[in-house]
Amino acid sequence: MKTDIILSGVGGQGILSIATIIGEAALKNNLYMKQSEVHGMSQRGGDVQSNLRISDAPISSDLIPLKKCDLILSLEPMEALRYLPYLSENGWIVTSSAPFKNIPNYPEDSDVINEVKKVKNSVLIDVEAIAKEVGNTRCSNIVLLGAALPYLGIPAEYIEDAIKTIFARKGEEIVNMNLAALNAGRGESINRFHD
Amino acid sequence: MQKLLLLADEAIALGAIDGGLSGVYAYPGTPSTEITEFIQMNRDAQARGIHSRWCTNEKTAMEAAVGMSFAGKRSLVCMKHVGLNVAADPFMNSAITGVNGGVLVLSADDPSMHSSQNEQDSRYYAKFALIPSLEPSNQQEAYDMAYYGFELSEKLGRPILLRITTRLAHSRSGVVRKEMMSQNKTSFPNNPKQFILLPAIAKKNYADLLASQSKYVDNSENSPFNTYYDGDNKKRGIIACGVTYNYLMENKELINGSPILKIGQYPLPRKQVERIMTECESILVIEEGYPLIEEMLKGFLGKSLKINGKLDGTLPRQGELNPDSVASALSGKKAEPVVIPEIVRMRPPALCQGCGHRDMYEALNAVLKQYPEAKVFGDIGCYTLGALPPYGAISSCLDMGASITMAKGASDAGVFPAVAVIGDSTFTHSGITGLLDAVNENANITVVISDNLTTAMTGGQDSAGTGKLEAICEGIGVKKEHIRVLVPLKKNFEEMTSVIKEEIEYQGVSVIIPRRECLQTLKRKKKQ
Ligand SMILES: Cc1ncc(C[n+]2csc(CCOP(=O)(O)OP(=O)(O)O)c2C)c(N)n1
Ligand code: SF4
Repeated sequence: MKTDIILSGVGGQGILSIATIIGEAALKNNLYMKQSEVHGMSQRGGDVQSNLRISDAPISSDLIPLKKCDLILSLEPMEALRYLPYLSENGWIVTSSAPFKNIPNYPEDSDVINEVKKVKNSVLIDVEAIAKEVGNTRCSNIVLLGAALPYLGIPAEYIEDAIKTIFARKGEEIVNMNLAALNAGRGESINRFHD
Repeated sequence: MQKLLLLADEAIALGAIDGGLSGVYAYPGTPSTEITEFIQMNRDAQARGIHSRWCTNEKTAMEAAVGMSFAGKRSLVCMKHVGLNVAADPFMNSAITGVNGGVLVLSADDPSMHSSQNEQDSRYYAKFALIPSLEPSNQQEAYDMAYYGFELSEKLGRPILLRITTRLAHSRSGVVRKEMMSQNKTSFPNNPKQFILLPAIAKKNYADLLASQSKYVDNSENSPFNTYYDGDNKKRGIIACGVTYNYLMENKELINGSPILKIGQYPLPRKQVERIMTECESILVIEEGYPLIEEMLKGFLGKSLKINGKLDGTLPRQGELNPDSVASALSGKKAEPVVIPEIVRMRPPALCQGCGHRDMYEALNAVLKQYPEAKVFGDIGCYTLGALPPYGAISSCLDMGASITMAKGASDAGVFPAVAVIGDSTFTHSGITGLLDAVNENANITVVISDNLTTAMTGGQDSAGTGKLEAICEGIGVKKEHIRVLVPLKKNFEEMTSVIKEEIEYQGVSVIIPRRECLQTLKRKKKQ
């Protein structure tokens, strides 16, 4: 298997927390992985992305070539579109539907959403609303990760185990909340697929 | 063996710890910061008492590292590429003194200027100083080079430059750790004059350095970090350095049987280069940064065999390489333009909402409305973002510390008001000496030290001058009544504007210190 993922969002939204979980899952299961991150200037509310590559064979480049990305996983809809040139023909976009407006010329919300919908394989979900239902908006990123589970190319149990390991320090309650968030996200995404 | 998932920065840190490090000396700078931070947090490093406190700037860091080497122990110096400009004097001279304990100088380049003012290539500094350098292609090599780097430095008797670039520095992958070497015991140089660069001694040392050059080439030729992969298709040979080797391998199907020389240690391995140049009809050079190797191979007249690379446009001269630019160099096909949907807007970084720098700029801009001739000289840190809308507040950002000295120069040229805006960490890094110049000539400038009690831009490291700024300014000779401390908050707007106005009107050096902690640092402290 080989999955090339671009994680995107706005500096401060915490895209790297998602990368950490996928990374833990990959490493624990002896998969190869490379994950290029953004540090520095752009973390102050600018656009941020991380290239995450997972494979059962050694990986060369830290960067994903154009049109080779299998999954764009985004915490912000306009940011998902920024990396469209990298998406492969059959690749998926899974993105939060909530615009993050910290610039004066942010386009009309509906225009952004429609543009995402134009992409052949796209899932737009209101991660915050779902996270709130599960218990806490702080799980929004996990809801998004859940929605991406069908397209990750790694078994859901690997991700569940990684969540257990990573949140173990914070107690059982937090672990369970995050597992619930993961499942809620996955459910939402599967439902959409059958719409 | 269990693999650890590490950034190349972290791999270098761990490699150095395991390689017998006794002290890291550094000033923060993207993309090098995580190395020192890793060592600060690492249990083994703590147990071994490895020095890891931040230094005031790169020059003090480099000198302290040489001091540790003098005492026989292994030291690591870390900085971003432009930091090496600041440390250039001790760096160049440490090549002449040579080392006692091993010294690794890590310089992290930033092609594409993700977080920098330029994209200078640190390999030139190693060449300039006539010392060997190492350039890893992946996280494991980053670990290995740091691990073996001290031994190499001690064996050759010189500091070794370790060059990385942003892409690798901030990319994670699995790394296997080696057994920890023991730290060196204190020992002094066999030759008691080794570190005394009086002309008579320096001449001898320099002659030694020159005479050692062939030894360094020899070492490169036998280095495990330089590898020759032969191929049947001699139409084109490929030389790939550091991280670019990965982009080459990403495009395996386009390599077409070409022989490949992978470079990870400099000076260039002469034998291998000679072989690829003799056996192949043309050479494609793939290197991140400036065309260092390409220029060497081409020669001044360009009459050798055909060399393709950055000089003839086969690869882009500016910005970092990637698998796509390398693919197009291999195939000869122009890379397709990257078309981002029109609806996507630029999203530049901005000062955090509620940041004290914002209140400072609001007040400064309000006062300067009354002075249309005013010029504000900026500096480097979060507050450089004051250049962007809605503030558009500064006219310059040259290098760390230049706000004060540029304001002074402009004031000498007749500019009034001449205002400098500088952060607390940048002030102690390089602003103090400039302020002394200004005081000595009683220059008519107003210096704003926007003190957020941290080094925020690079992630909130301790700032060397915290709690000492007023005393420093007074000690240099700024008049006490013209050192004005403010709390940058909306409710203090009136006070701030009147103080700024008073100090602009004062004919001489005044220092205004708006002081409020960075919100991000505050948040992090609360979490801990
Ligand atoms: C010579 C050099 N070293 C390091 C850096 C990286 N760097 C940029 S700004 C900065 C620190 C800024 O701290 P401060 O002046 O306190 O401003 P703040 O970001 O906290 O507002 C650093 C370390 C650099 N640009 N140049
Ligand atoms: S990180 Fe701190 S100093 Fe920088 S913009 Fe945010 S609040 Fe201001």
